[in-house]
Amino acid sequence: MFTAFLIKYAEIGVKGKNRYLFEDALVQQIKYALKRCEGEFKVRKTQGRIYVDAVSEFDFDETVENLKTVCGISGICPVVYVEDEGFEKLGQDIVQYMDKVYPDKNKTFKVNARRARKNYPLDTMELNREVGAVILKAFPEMTVDVHNPEIMLYLEIREKIYIYSEIIPGPGGMPVGTNGKAMLLLSGGIDSPVAGYMISKRGVKIDAVYFHAPPYTSERAKQKVVDLARLVSRYSGPIYLHVINFTDIQLAIYEKCPHDELTIIMRRYMMKIAEHIAKETECLGLITGESIGQVASQTMHSLYATNEVCTMPVYRPCIGLDKQEIVEISEKINTYETSIQPFEDCCTIFVAKHPVTKPNLEIIKRHEENLKDVIDELMEKAIETRETLVVRCDE
Amino acid sequence: MTEIYLDNSATTRCFNSVADIVAKVMCEDYGNPSSMHMKGVQAENYIKLAKNIISKNLKVNEKEIYFTSGGTESDNLAIIGTAMANHRAGNHLITTCIEHPAVLRTMEYLETQGFRVTYLPVDKVGRISLEDLENALTQDTILVSIMHTNNEIGALQPIAEAGNLIKRFNPNIIFHVDAVQGYGKFRIFPKKMGIDMMSVSGHKIHGPKGIGFLYINEKVKIKAISYGGGQQKGLRSGTDNVPGMAGLAKAVEEVYGYLEKDVERLYSLKEYFIQGLTGIADVKINGLTGYDSAPHIISASFRGIRSEVLLHALEDRNIYVSAGSACSSHKPAPSATLQAIGVEKDLLDSTIRFSFSIFTSKEEIDYTLKVLYDIIPMLRKYTRH
Repeated sequence: MFTAFLIKYAEIGVKGKNRYLFEDALVQQIKYALKRCEGEFKVRKTQGRIYVDAVSEFDFDETVENLKTVCGISGICPVVYVEDEGFEKLGQDIVQYMDKVYPDKNKTFKVNARRARKNYPLDTMELNREVGAVILKAFPEMTVDVHNPEIMLYLEIREKIYIYSEIIPGPGGMPVGTNGKAMLLLSGGIDSPVAGYMISKRGVKIDAVYFHAPPYTSERAKQKVVDLARLVSRYSGPIYLHVINFTDIQLAIYEKCPHDELTIIMRRYMMKIAEHIAKETECLGLITGESIGQVASQTMHSLYATNEVCTMPVYRPCIGLDKQEIVEISEKINTYETSIQPFEDCCTIFVAKHPVTKPNLEIIKRHEENLKDVIDELMEKAIETRETLVVRCDE
Repeated sequence: MTEIYLDNSATTRCFNSVADIVAKVMCEDYGNPSSMHMKGVQAENYIKLAKNIISKNLKVNEKEIYFTSGGTESDNLAIIGTAMANHRAGNHLITTCIEHPAVLRTMEYLETQGFRVTYLPVDKVGRISLEDLENALTQDTILVSIMHTNNEIGALQPIAEAGNLIKRFNPNIIFHVDAVQGYGKFRIFPKKMGIDMMSVSGHKIHGPKGIGFLYINEKVKIKAISYGGGQQKGLRSGTDNVPGMAGLAKAVEEVYGYLEKDVERLYSLKEYFIQGLTGIADVKINGLTGYDSAPHIISASFRGIRSEVLLHALEDRNIYVSAGSACSSHKPAPSATLQAIGVEKDLLDSTIRFSFSIFTSKEEIDYTLKVLYDIIPMLRKYTRH
């Protein structure tokens, strides 16, 4: 029945003179999402609104699912277009619409008409009243409530007449591509994909870096990270995933540094490598899934120690969330099932039984001195030999 | 070396001759044997031939061969089908604690359906004792299921002796044998060994995946566990997997063509490999060796090295092995078989299974040993605390 969607966007609406940039980006992102759907669509921008018109047969549920991944969309309204063939015909069309969309008639409603075409014979007030009367006559169980209606029926009189009443919530935020790019440290866990999603929701493009430690981590662990990146790319657009072979660095740390500091020192080198690649690829920040106190390496002391190696801002959108809250988001964005597959990642393979929870930066630095003969060369090699994959969800 | 595949207990490479006949049946003689026209008759001839080859190999009647999708389905059909058909005679089942999950999980299911199951323990080389079996038999016992060859450590069970003992106690007790790992390495004649039902899988003997068979002695009372078009005398409905059946029969012919010679070579390869392994410090071979064990399976524990790490390190050098038992590698739980034979706790997660096939060569074993000599000391340097 529906042939189009009206796309509502929230924050872009308050932008000033550069608003069109945001709208254009949103149109681009909508087109990217629609590429994954069966059918052909036209996306058009008119008078502060974006419409998605289906120009062929399409799968309604699939289309809505994909539109729901477009950052910047606050609501998706399925629209019915009808030709203007007089008020009587319009009344019939509206009755048909209400009957199909609301099988349960025991509801309150309000009609909200707008006339973009001012030469329509009825004015807005008359339209509201007359359409309301037609509905009441067809469905006596329905009642009008102008303050708190369960159904807000919108009518827009344009070249054609648009009818809609449902608003399906989108992710909100800003269209990707309107706010620079950041480098996500992607592990195989629950938190980092959520962190990537949360930052890209603010309009940020994302690249990612993954630390692979063969033979200690398996090919399947890497595949899992690629799968996670693909799920995140539904929201963020294509992701360049840099796979770093981290084994030699990890073994060097293991050999030369105290084992209870292993994770912290390792994370410091991960941040350094990520920042290096971030700078090379014009990213403006790093993103991690850290949350205060979740594990030994994420205490305030540990974060202080790992943060110290970076000059770039490090964005940690999960920082104040509890594990359960992060899990809820990961379920919403569909990464949870993949994240919980039991493959070891490089953070856990050599983890000490009792890692330090309050590392002292000066002591850590002193121990890192033990690595000074080899570490530069190892880091350089890790960065140079990295494998870069383009991960996109429309493949 | 290009690729050294030492995971033949997980699955094997298909014989080219098998792949050829599978392709021929799929592309040329693709009829449905249930069809009345000539295409159907052609297809049916492949089934007849396959049954003929397999029944001769087992020295049983053609009517006693039922094709299934493989080992798991054969085990399920055998156990559930006979338990349900014979529950009036009793509700007691016996099996061992080192069976494949296809048997163990099925037994657990039957426990929820009112059956009582005895799980026979094994000694430290993975063998049941006949005395335990004798003591477990009761007037209520209707089915005993014992695996021929264990998939993780290659332990062999005293099948003929068990069959004899069961039949002397009560000839009506049904004796099922899961021979998925043993078939193709041993000549097994069910009627001589008191075996009433036997499960076999195609892909473990260089045949196709998705095909296997269940031998069922014609005297056994059994009920179908799935329903449909009534193929295979109603016991296993579903369009006959003709290419699979033809491929499986071909594999049986090939594997049994020079069985004694091939198996002898496998035993000497195994001996040679174990000799080589003993040159590495702190390696323990699990279970028996020599003719008291399967010719193709070696389970070895490498102290201080996690099996997954060793597996991936070998993989890096194109050597493919399995950590514990491949079938259960999806779950990181410690292997029930290794626990049952009393492998030390800190070796459970350090155990690798090497499994050979007729394609395994001495050069491959030499190379594998050389790689192990190289990487084990390196891997032992870095361990978790």
